[in-house]
Amino acid sequence: MTETVLSAPSRSSLIWRRVRENPLVAAGGAVAVVIVVVAILAPLLAPYPADAGSATHPLSVLLPPSASHWFGTDQVGRDIFSRVVYGARVSPLIAFFVILISCAVGIPLGLAAGFFGGFIDEAIMRVTDVFLAFPALLLALAFASVLPPSLTSTTLAITIAWWPWYTRLIRGQAASVAARPYVESCRALGISRMRIIFRHILPNAVTPLIVQISLDVGGVILTASALSFLGLGAQDPTPDWGLMVSQGQSYFTTQWWLVTFPGLAILITALGFNMLGDGLRDILDPRRTVRI
Amino acid sequence: MTRYLTQRVLLAIGVVAGVVVLTFLIARIVPGDPAVAWSGPHAPASEIAQVRRQLGLDRPVWVQIGKYFEGVFTGNWGTSIHTHRPVLSDLRKAVPASLELVIAALLIAVAIGVPLGLLSAAKRDRPVDQAVRVGSILGVSMPLFWMALIFQMVFFQKLHVLPVTGEYDPNVAFAHPLRTYTGMPVIDALITGNWPMLESSLSHLIMPAVVVAAYPAGVIARMVRASVLDTLGETHVQMVRALGFSERSVFARFAMKLAWSPVATVIALVFAYSLVNTFLVESIFDWPGLGNYAAASIASLDTPAITGVTLFIAIVYVVANLAVDVTQVLLDPRIKLQ
Repeated sequence: MTETVLSAPSRSSLIWRRVRENPLVAAGGAVAVVIVVVAILAPLLAPYPADAGSATHPLSVLLPPSASHWFGTDQVGRDIFSRVVYGARVSPLIAFFVILISCAVGIPLGLAAGFFGGFIDEAIMRVTDVFLAFPALLLALAFASVLPPSLTSTTLAITIAWWPWYTRLIRGQAASVAARPYVESCRALGISRMRIIFRHILPNAVTPLIVQISLDVGGVILTASALSFLGLGAQDPTPDWGLMVSQGQSYFTTQWWLVTFPGLAILITALGFNMLGDGLRDILDPRRTVRI
Repeated sequence: MTRYLTQRVLLAIGVVAGVVVLTFLIARIVPGDPAVAWSGPHAPASEIAQVRRQLGLDRPVWVQIGKYFEGVFTGNWGTSIHTHRPVLSDLRKAVPASLELVIAALLIAVAIGVPLGLLSAAKRDRPVDQAVRVGSILGVSMPLFWMALIFQMVFFQKLHVLPVTGEYDPNVAFAHPLRTYTGMPVIDALITGNWPMLESSLSHLIMPAVVVAAYPAGVIARMVRASVLDTLGETHVQMVRALGFSERSVFARFAMKLAWSPVATVIALVFAYSLVNTFLVESIFDWPGLGNYAAASIASLDTPAITGVTLFIAIVYVVANLAVDVTQVLLDPRIKLQ
């Protein structure tokens, strides 16, 4: 370090500098933005928007990639490029809802467990332990297999497997903050519990929460795609990437494009969000180790 | 230490009990009446009532949970609707194949992940580190079912270098019959000295094992990197450095030793995750293991089989976690203080 620091840079400018220096965040963030933009602009980007639905074109079945069909056509003649573009609206949206509901359930429970301690803590955390005793994909699969196959069931099944991670994360944060002397003095001053929770405990948990959410997007997308692949998620004609790979399976020996492009979309999306999350963890929260 | 261990074991037993209750609940969510599903759509009301009594569905829920518990612990895990055999004996038949696949995958994952993680930590923030990090994220971001299909396309269909499905070539098995000891063809061929079968089963194992290895290899590489970098920052490692030891020996003799414990934890955990990942891979490779059984059960809405596999893997997961905790306390007594 040869540079002389005259005045301490602000926290936000420090973070911004580290973002620019971290190629993972930059690349991952770019992919994430592209996915969101594609999802929003799907009707403008897709050359054959009707093919995202139940349209069939018996005369252009299983055409290889060409200038008019960049990714070729599928078993009923639908344009795969259009379906992959519309797919950005399916599993990423599932990820959004799964994480939203998981936070809505997991955060209050974690706050209650960490802040109040004692019996409430024990009761909440022992139930959480049971859910965490299953690998997430397994629990989601078990629930999805007994629910009627649909996007709602997929979302519900994955949420059941996902909320406990947030409870555990927030509980840890809340318990460590609640034990600090300044929270102790807040209590002594007679400040209400709700105020302590919202002004002191929750803001401290925001950083690890952001990291966790960005890491989870990729995980939920992979889980949702796996459920669709096994026939437990989206159903035809929904342009879901996992379902498209599953349907293309029977043709892949001769028509490789049916499987290749939708799978590539899953990989790139999960990779982008995971790079973003991994990089953000480095920048915001360098002490935390890897969670699987 | 004894107190900590007792506490840890009791906690694990409690979690297993909770796991049994949760799988019971999953089995009961099935839309519609299980008695109707059992006796068929056109059964008369009297028969449905009889089936309901037979299945114990007329009793209060807590009695049913009690019965379910009794069954789980006495080895009665129900009968598969799909195979008409007891679920537990189906599982017993499927476990060796999955075990062979997952163990091979973990060996590959360790062989790839550990050196890459060390390299990445040694070259922190250099291009090599960035490349390894992207590679390891690629591993955990891989849709395995897609990777399996792409591998079949490339290595079987285009290059013709690897067989496409199964555990071994049935023609080779016909010419050189394999005696079954462990149920894992590679091991059985090895201990009986059946070389043609060893070659056949190994060549069939490579593709699925590499696919299943993608996820643990990524996780292990990340964990090794994070863990080595963590220990490099610890005071006694700094001390060794201050004493004038070379960077190389600080790295090899001090930092790496301490880094093993979190890595061992992660290997035990990815074992259970990889068992679940076989659900997505085995049916593609027609591998006769748990994953294939689970995928077939899901396709045929075979609830007893699905909950059986779920329960089995959850118990494996809890036991693996417990085993890791116990070994770590035995190896490093400081842990119980945390």
